[in-house]
Amino acid sequence: MTGEALIVLENVNKWFGPLHVLQDVDLSVARGEVVVVIGPSGSGKSTPCRAINRLEPIDSGTITFDGRPLPAEGRALARLRSEVGMVFQSFNLFAHKTILQNVMLGPVKVRKEKPAVVRDRAMGLLERVGIANQADKYPAQLSGGQQQRVAIARALAMQPKALLFDEPTSALDPEMVGEVLDVMTSLARDGMTMVVVTHEMGFARHAADRVVFMADGQLVEQAVPEEFFANPRSDRAKDFLSKILTH
Amino acid sequence: MSVWVDKFDVFAGGFWLTLQICVLAAIGALVLGAVVAVLRISPVPPLRALGTAYVTIFRNMPLTVVMFFSAFALPALGSNADFLRIPGLELVFTRLGTDLPYFRFALIALTLYTAAFVCEALRAGINAVSPGQAEAARSLGLTFTQNLRYVVLPQSWKASIVPLGSVIIAMIKNSALIGFFGVVGDLSQSADQLTSAEGYAFIPVAIGISIGYLIMTVPLGALLDRIERRQAVAAR
Repeated sequence: MTGEALIVLENVNKWFGPLHVLQDVDLSVARGEVVVVIGPSGSGKSTPCRAINRLEPIDSGTITFDGRPLPAEGRALARLRSEVGMVFQSFNLFAHKTILQNVMLGPVKVRKEKPAVVRDRAMGLLERVGIANQADKYPAQLSGGQQQRVAIARALAMQPKALLFDEPTSALDPEMVGEVLDVMTSLARDGMTMVVVTHEMGFARHAADRVVFMADGQLVEQAVPEEFFANPRSDRAKDFLSKILTH
Repeated sequence: MSVWVDKFDVFAGGFWLTLQICVLAAIGALVLGAVVAVLRISPVPPLRALGTAYVTIFRNMPLTVVMFFSAFALPALGSNADFLRIPGLELVFTRLGTDLPYFRFALIALTLYTAAFVCEALRAGINAVSPGQAEAARSLGLTFTQNLRYVVLPQSWKASIVPLGSVIIAMIKNSALIGFFGVVGDLSQSADQLTSAEGYAFIPVAIGISIGYLIMTVPLGALLDRIERRQAVAAR
């Protein structure tokens, strides 16, 4: 998995007021690579994910996507965002639209595709995530796990070059985590470029090409999962793993 | 009490004129208020500053002062607000088309003043939509306008409608000021006419015009209560 880089962060810094949430972060994600970002809460691990499609603007450094630096606010940025799917911790499905309308909105309004064509693709995607039979319901009528699978289908409907997952299972009941991770694992297997911020160590072990460990706004270490979980190099990572793996 | 029968046409005429200015000012304030609200949430800082400045000025200045500016500053600038003599509209709202400009001046003042409150009521509704909705729309590549049109506004009107109604009710009551700025024949100016010029007792006249205002405001308030109850049920 050492293809051409799709997402490159160089020397990225970001402050929230006095809080230095990203400190000289360098990260490169190759096409088709699955990078899992882990770390303690409040370590700033969601921020790089949100910075890649500029939901969170950075204060210094550069981010390039597919060879182009991130554009400033405006149409060019909207175009870039349409090429980068994002899945949120709290799903954020459009509450006033049905499941099918949620999935179709982006392609129809942003890409101006024909609704009939989009409908077929959307139904195919809902089929893939296992909720085609709920297409006419509203988000509030679905369980958390189902909503998150719809959110993944909505992101996929734009046929993105990469998918960003910001703690996609953190708001779910335990028995629903599996169904979402299954969908994500199958995407990873199909070669989708993914950046996943998560606490699911199991997913990191079996689906990641690379694990990135962040703490206190710094990218502390990165390695293939087997190596990271067996032999973490930094004390910070050892400490973190000892806390989560003893239970 | 005979004033109610003898001068029914004066009360009715006053009601009709007050209703006219309120309908026109409500439409104007809703449109202008929506524009200012969009400015205030715009991603472009100068536009945001413009919207904020508008609200700061017109929400914090007494309506009387706004009326003074409209009635004295516009003529001083050489304007009779003739742009409001809109063909077609002036057939229904005849005062729009008269040569005396005071109805138009009062309409401008009432619209400018109320728009600031309309803007804030709309913004309260927009803020009630969870930020995640707009964020998800942005992450799909929707532009600012598409985001408002397809995601945020369809969800915000529910939270806006009750405060908007209160703003319009306040506006109807505020319209009682226009008689002091040259408008002849609205509800409250009719009271002045009947008591000072024609010598009718004050209390029956006051009751008469109060009923006139209540006919406009009470049904509007009842309608809002109904909408609010329906929403409360829907939210469960």
